[in-house]
Amino acid sequence: MVAATVYFFSRTWLPALATSSGGALDHQLTLNLILLGVVFCATQLALGLFVWKYRQRQVSLQVTRGGQPDARVELTWLTIAAALFLGLNIAGAAMQARVAETPLAEKPVIVEVTGVQFRWYFRQPGPDGRFGQTNPQLVDASEGNPLGIDRSNPASADDVVSSELVIPAGKTIEIRLHAQDVIHSFFVPSLRIKQDALPGQDIVIHLPPTETGTYDIACAQLCGMGHYQMNAKLKVVAEGQYRAWLRQFPPANVAQVGHPSTNKVAHR
Amino acid sequence: MASPRNPLHAADHSSATNAQAGYPSVFSFSTHHRVIGRQYFFLSLAAVLIGIVLSLLMRLHIVWPQAPLPFLGQIKPEQYLAYMTMHGTLMVFFVLSVAPQNAFGNLVLPEQIGARVMAFPRLNMLSFWTTLISFFVMVSALFVTGGGSMSGWTQYPPLSATISAGAGQGLGTDLWIVSIAIFCVASLMSAVNFITTILRGRAEGMSLMRMPLTVWSWFVTAMLTLLAFSVLLAAALLLFSDRHWGTSFYLPAGLVVNGAAMAGHSGGSPLLWQHLFWFFGHPEVYIAILPGMGVTSHMLSTFSRKPVYGYRSMVYSLLAIGVLGFMVWGHHMFVAGISPYAVMAFSTLTMVIAVPSSVKVINWLGTLRGGRIRFTIPLLFSVGFVSLFITGGLSGPILAQPAVDMYLHDTYFVVAHFHMIMGMAAVFAIFAATYFWFPLLFPDRIMNEQLGRAHFWFTFIGAYATFMPMHFLGLAGNPRQYSQIVGSAEYLQKLLPIHVFITISAFVLASAQLIFIYNLIYSALRGKFSGTNPWESTTLEWEQDRRQRIRVHHGPYEFGPREDSRRDYTVQSEPPYTYKS
Repeated sequence: MVAATVYFFSRTWLPALATSSGGALDHQLTLNLILLGVVFCATQLALGLFVWKYRQRQVSLQVTRGGQPDARVELTWLTIAAALFLGLNIAGAAMQARVAETPLAEKPVIVEVTGVQFRWYFRQPGPDGRFGQTNPQLVDASEGNPLGIDRSNPASADDVVSSELVIPAGKTIEIRLHAQDVIHSFFVPSLRIKQDALPGQDIVIHLPPTETGTYDIACAQLCGMGHYQMNAKLKVVAEGQYRAWLRQFPPANVAQVGHPSTNKVAHR
Repeated sequence: MASPRNPLHAADHSSATNAQAGYPSVFSFSTHHRVIGRQYFFLSLAAVLIGIVLSLLMRLHIVWPQAPLPFLGQIKPEQYLAYMTMHGTLMVFFVLSVAPQNAFGNLVLPEQIGARVMAFPRLNMLSFWTTLISFFVMVSALFVTGGGSMSGWTQYPPLSATISAGAGQGLGTDLWIVSIAIFCVASLMSAVNFITTILRGRAEGMSLMRMPLTVWSWFVTAMLTLLAFSVLLAAALLLFSDRHWGTSFYLPAGLVVNGAAMAGHSGGSPLLWQHLFWFFGHPEVYIAILPGMGVTSHMLSTFSRKPVYGYRSMVYSLLAIGVLGFMVWGHHMFVAGISPYAVMAFSTLTMVIAVPSSVKVINWLGTLRGGRIRFTIPLLFSVGFVSLFITGGLSGPILAQPAVDMYLHDTYFVVAHFHMIMGMAAVFAIFAATYFWFPLLFPDRIMNEQLGRAHFWFTFIGAYATFMPMHFLGLAGNPRQYSQIVGSAEYLQKLLPIHVFITISAFVLASAQLIFIYNLIYSALRGKFSGTNPWESTTLEWEQDRRQRIRVHHGPYEFGPREDSRRDYTVQSEPPYTYKS
């Protein structure tokens, strides 16, 4: 059982990484699995060994061995355990600080991400760089306005709303995350990133520069019966292709929003 | 402390021994703590059976969502989520909070400290019947229009606060909230009773540091219950108020649910619920596992015929875990949108809690080392507890690192973690306790050993086969609470074979429990007679003569050969005695 566990944990289960900066986390995770794997094997084997070695062979009244620990022994164990766990804690925090505190090289590309039962919507501000205002009263997916964009607001004219996240490769992306109805969680396994999307609150996260390709986005916070099928694609394309993609939407048009019926979950 | 006039020690002339006791039936309104203990035991047995069936339905639906099932037809996603919510709630509240603490606590706690009765017998009775009402309210949710609540046992708003958010979010969720509120009241009453009994009811000579570790763990658990459940009660009332009385504790402005803008709410925060819930929820994890730790220490000492290795550090680590348990709730919220500084603090405190937990594991190993281990069924389950506790415990520090948790949060890695430690480990302690105290549960009978062995091995292997592979699903990024794999994100499709394996293992694990149920019924009716003190234990619950006042002269785990008899143990109430050196 221990051997099978070691074998399966040594396999790579993580989805292929889409960015170079996610490597630090994989490294930290591997460090965890190795260190704690050693502790796992040692303690499980000790448990098995003691139970086997000290089993009662016949009913007798021998004196048992191994009395009470003295304070020094206990302090030693305490120190080892504290060093292991706090060491991992410090290593993890340091790694996270390195990632978080690296200043952005350039102005990030801004995308607003909205979670709605059971879809993700992605809005890009268009050439003017500004998002149009939204109003909950205007939300109507069947009229092609699932985010409730206020059409009378001039900044809204060139906003591009899509049901897949298209971003340029090699750029930092600033995600402004929120939810319309219940809590969702924006999960990009290939980037090792997850952040809850809360109604009534905007949360800003950054996606590191990413290589071209198509990746999965999932919802990781229970949001209702269609939770399992709330996913989208992250398409990372070359800079030129990205501009071409943005240009294909004429102003005041809401693009590629799914059919109204898909907003409800079909049961089968 | 005990005084000659303490009513908790009044000599009991009515019942001489267990066998003749003729306790009132479990179907009666009895104030006798042993009867109440049995009532709690059967309640959690009913809850665990429903919980197991629901989990099997879930496992079937995950891998074969289209399959028609007998009586139920094809399970729909909202039914899956209702089963999931019910499974989690029944297991956490009605099994893991009830069986280790209330069932076995009532069964043996008063005798273990040398008292005759609990401090408040009528309150004790009220606690049980209130819990029973709560149970019926909870289970009834499965049968109402719309089905049971689908928002999980954590009930995050706005999903739980808005009736239009899904099928089970109407009456089903109301019943959930009402049931939990009733459960909280029952738990608070029970906790007050436990704390008072332990503080006021100990026999003469039963100093705190002579209490068995089971009693210590029930004591710490009762304190946690008192502090944690009162917060949950308040949180549940606020949630109910948001749903029906137009308040906005958890609801912000601008919600658009199911295509319709919700008017009349503003200023609330969904995060408030998460803070309140996890302020309860994390101590709740320890409410489930601490009595298991006490039971395990007790069994390992009794069956390796050795004193508990490091009794004092066992007590201090229990207390440390209890105190720290209230300071780590934020580790459930690393990706919820809280301040990074708070995340850092919660992460560090969580790592600190791993230290007293390690002390416990090392002391359990130390207790076994050098002993003369008797391979009884309670010992097997206690060793299983330690194994599962290690396995489930070691994934904790991984999840406690915010950067790693950002990837693993809400995936099957977490499901594996808590099922290993708070599910399986705690259940193993419940099994150990059932086999051990069976003569008190069903007077003077013991459970069949062969059946017990078969039950242990199938359960042990089944538990690992079911929950170990879930770690790999988590590492592969499989989010939890997905009702099916087919139709979910593309990268998950290749994981389906692992899910099939887990489903098969879950059926093996569940089938093994039939052995237990059979053994339970068989041994209750036809089991061998145990005689007095069948495990040659040192503690006072096996003390048969109830007519004499008890005076305690010994620590709780005095094992070792004696010169004056063929015994290797000294019951706490025996006259002073010195050992062969």
